[in-house]
Amino acid sequence: MKIKSQRDFWSGLMFVLIGAGFAIGATNYSMGTSARPGAGYFPLMLSVIMAILGAIVLFKSLTIESADGDPIGSIAWKPLLIIVAAIVIFGLTLERLGMIITVPLLIVISSLAGDEFKWRGVIINAIVLTVGSWAVFVWGLKLTIPLWPRFLQ
Amino acid sequence: MDLLNNLALGFGVAFTWVNLLYAFFGCVLGTLIGVLPGIGPVATIAMLLPSIYALDATPALIMLAGIYYGAQYGGSTTAILINVPGESSSVVTAIDGYQMARQGRAGAALAVAGLGSFFAGCVGTIIIAAFAPPLTELAFKFGPAEYFSLMVLGLIGAVVLASGSLLKAISMIILGLLLAQINTDVISGTARYSFDIPELTDGIGFVTIAMGVFGFGEIIANLGQPAESREVFTSKVKGLWPTMQDFQDAWPAVLRGTALGSILGVLPGGGALLASFASYTMEKKIARNPRVPFGKGAIQGVAGPESANNAGAQTSFIPMLTLGIPPNAVMALMVGAMTIKGIQPGPQVMTSNPQLFWGLIASMWVGNLMLVILNLPLIGIWIKLLTVPYRFLFPAITLFCCIGVYTLNNSTFDVFMTALFAAIGYAFYKLSCESAPLLLGFILGPMMEENLRRALLLSRGDWSTFVLRPLSAGLLAAALLMVIVVTLPSIKSKREVAFSEE
Repeated sequence: MKIKSQRDFWSGLMFVLIGAGFAIGATNYSMGTSARPGAGYFPLMLSVIMAILGAIVLFKSLTIESADGDPIGSIAWKPLLIIVAAIVIFGLTLERLGMIITVPLLIVISSLAGDEFKWRGVIINAIVLTVGSWAVFVWGLKLTIPLWPRFLQ
Repeated sequence: MDLLNNLALGFGVAFTWVNLLYAFFGCVLGTLIGVLPGIGPVATIAMLLPSIYALDATPALIMLAGIYYGAQYGGSTTAILINVPGESSSVVTAIDGYQMARQGRAGAALAVAGLGSFFAGCVGTIIIAAFAPPLTELAFKFGPAEYFSLMVLGLIGAVVLASGSLLKAISMIILGLLLAQINTDVISGTARYSFDIPELTDGIGFVTIAMGVFGFGEIIANLGQPAESREVFTSKVKGLWPTMQDFQDAWPAVLRGTALGSILGVLPGGGALLASFASYTMEKKIARNPRVPFGKGAIQGVAGPESANNAGAQTSFIPMLTLGIPPNAVMALMVGAMTIKGIQPGPQVMTSNPQLFWGLIASMWVGNLMLVILNLPLIGIWIKLLTVPYRFLFPAITLFCCIGVYTLNNSTFDVFMTALFAAIGYAFYKLSCESAPLLLGFILGPMMEENLRRALLLSRGDWSTFVLRPLSAGLLAAALLMVIVVTLPSIKSKREVAFSEE
């Protein structure tokens, strides 16, 4: 068995697995009857349909020839991991360290994901954005965002 | 005349200082993100949703709407000047617009795009004002069964007209519907798929998904591609005013584009993107013997699609405002914004919030006028922005998205969820699964379940209620017909060609 379309194979597999997962989950909730549908009725219906559609995608990816095998291509691990990490670190530190530290930290970390990293540009960018986001969000829009680190308060 | 009275009410609302200010702000921001590649209206509107808590509903929606149609104007600027469409709806504008710029006619291309868009925007506004009331009337006849079928039609329509694999797109809708099932069941109070995480019992925020998938997912995808060298024709933007000849060539294309865009905008799944593609295809067929061949700088190839995408952007408000059914991802966010402001989207909006309804419509005309002024004489400022390198932009976008997500509920849990959806969004991109249907499904999920269960309750569990009620049957038949038509081999190949062109 040869995979004829990489992208379709993996997306089909994804739909089947997620469908199966939701279907199993739905069995924990009351089905009810069709006259009085319970909490699990609609999700079960949906997950079964999705798993079936996923299976068709999967089947087609193994049988129907595509021009070049429809490869997924290389995965951009560096930007993917750095951006996700930057967001997570932002979430972890914002309430403890406040905007004043978290924002420059986010800028520096996320800048690492680009092709080019020059300290001078990154630092200027960080300063401009820290002041700018304070002006827009805290001063302008009056949103409640922790500004200073907790240990300073 | 009801129409005139209503419009008068609308303009009364739109011309207050506050609303003018927010319309202007929305237009500026829309143009800005339209010009900047790598961030679209979906991510921007999602980013701004927290800030609308502090605003009244009317200025808030006026601003968000301004971002959407403002982005259509801005997107064409980059398409023409650097061959990089700032917005997906200006992809086709780049084909002929960029060629015009290379021949030193960037000014004419920009002017025709701007004026064509303005004309289309005016027509679009009148169409909304004229068609919204009768559609609203119709919507009041709808019971739960009709609403359910309408949503099926809306969702199917949204993917039938989109590009890519139909099967995968429908699967993405269902995935969206399923993600919306992570919540507390309204009827029984059961927490579903929460894995004992208290935050999940309230459901996943649609902002989290929109921002993760559309904002961050796109950043990662952009960074994964090799940097391209850009050639900016900044020095050559002279002689903004098109010649008489240009006008003569362009105006029929503007009329056709406006008509086509207005129709396609109303259809589920329609809106700016589809309208511009369809218009370009039509211009190529209709405009026989253009002075300059298509692909080599034909002015019709700029005028048609640009008018069409603006008309489509405008009329796609119709299903959202009258039925509460969003035809595309941006409208889905508008529905979310209304919910945040405590307005239940649906046919009752027009009668319960006439100020909002007509004010929003009138503000679109005002906004279009502002955009022409913003974009034509001030083009130089926007061109300067293009020289800001992406390495400064993407950390800024990341930051604004993070702050936006956090301030929505002041919760770091939402930030972590967004990180998760950023990774998921990138996976969708790599697997060429479109994300827009997922967002539509997610927004409509709770409404769909509620209407399905109510319809079944009313019919005592008889599923045939959906096909025995004539209106509902008609809607379902239309949905089925769409799927059948698209899967017909002859149309299927044409559809693929239409989207892969150029």
